Amino acid sequence: MSYGRIFRDGLWQQNTGLVVLLGLCPLLAVSATVVNAIGLGLATTLTLIFSNLAVSLTRGILRPEIRIPAFVLIIASVVTVIQLLMQAWFHDLYRILGIFIPLIVTNCAIIGRAEAFASRNTALPSVVDGLSTGLGFLLALVMLGAFRELAGYGTLMRQASLMFGEWGESLQLTVIPNHPGFLLALLPPGAFIGLGLLIAGRNWLDSHLAHRQQTRGDTTGNPVITVPAE
Amino acid sequence: MMGMLKSAAALGLVAIVGTALLTGVDTLTAERIAAQERRVMLEQLGEIIPDHYDNAILEDRIAFRDEAHFPRGQWVTAYRARQRGEPVAVVLKFNAVNGYNGNIALLAGINADGTLRGVRVTAHKETPGLGDAIEVEKSDWINHFSGKSLASPETAGWAVKRDGGAFDQFTGATITPRAVVDAVRLALEYFSVNQAFLFDTAADPAGSSAP
Repeated sequence: MSYGRIFRDGLWQQNTGLVVLLGLCPLLAVSATVVNAIGLGLATTLTLIFSNLAVSLTRGILRPEIRIPAFVLIIASVVTVIQLLMQAWFHDLYRILGIFIPLIVTNCAIIGRAEAFASRNTALPSVVDGLSTGLGFLLALVMLGAFRELAGYGTLMRQASLMFGEWGESLQLTVIPNHPGFLLALLPPGAFIGLGLLIAGRNWLDSHLAHRQQTRGDTTGNPVITVPAE
Repeated sequence: MMGMLKSAAALGLVAIVGTALLTGVDTLTAERIAAQERRVMLEQLGEIIPDHYDNAILEDRIAFRDEAHFPRGQWVTAYRARQRGEPVAVVLKFNAVNGYNGNIALLAGINADGTLRGVRVTAHKETPGLGDAIEVEKSDWINHFSGKSLASPETAGWAVKRDGGAFDQFTGATITPRAVVDAVRLALEYFSVNQAFLFDTAADPAGSSAP
């Protein structure tokens, strides 16, 4: 499998949040603002890279019957290390993300990639797979976070100082001045509605692109495909 | 048989490597995490404690329980501010238990004369947009506690306006401010009776029970 293919799968074709629909609990819970989304997305990406790496390196000694418990041990260790590092260096962000950092352990996407990819591939492709899956999850989180923050607060990147220090305060963008606040977007129903819209948008884009490819085939003189696009 | 042993050994190896990694990272970060937690605590205390104290306020603390004033078996921590050994103020860290959604963690700074220096909410799960006006970042409601005491307003006034008291409620949220007002009043009542204990230098710094 080529690296380009791995990247396309992780980011788009098999996107964890929008296609495979794994790890919805953190996706829905921590996407009220863009900054929270970036924080959890990066932590999840790091977890995926290192757990995939560890799993691919140990795949020779892990027999099938102990694979799952070993994966759980590896993932839990990686997450705890990331949690400690965040607590030490990004303490304020850690206090906001709180319980969702340790809960990365329960994100099915991570054990899913360990089982479906890293346990069958060598180290480098596994790291690339972890990176692209993580970035795909980050992408879904940030899009949902942007949608909810924009609708809910009328801003983007609020509280960016939690992640970037003093400098972050200049990152906040007030898109809708004097926004009265839209509670629904910030509460759990807003997360579900936003995710639904994102998935619909992604599917529309996919079928739109497929359709265009089809009509382009027409103009270049290739045989016309008569199978309907939808 | 050999296969089983090999599997067990492999699993054991993963566990040992994982534990070693965690121990190492924990050792490396423990000091920094403790410093970060100290900084957060000092920042929170700093907003409601006077400038004129000269003791190590984070270390000069006692923990106690008192079901009548701080219900549901919670441990209350009291941080004492002193100037040349004389009591200046105490900050109580406790929970309001009657919130709309779980505990509301509070810090209440009380001067030695029984007036409130200020109150802050440090953690809560109240509804965003309704109950979260108790946060100082969201509204200045919490600042209305400053300067209040059991004498002003008098007992009947320690309630939200809907219940005939002196404190505003929020549009659409009465339960949250009611819980905070009640909890702060109970803390003041505890202070008025147990002031000597709260400032007692001889009191066991950790884990002593209320008199």
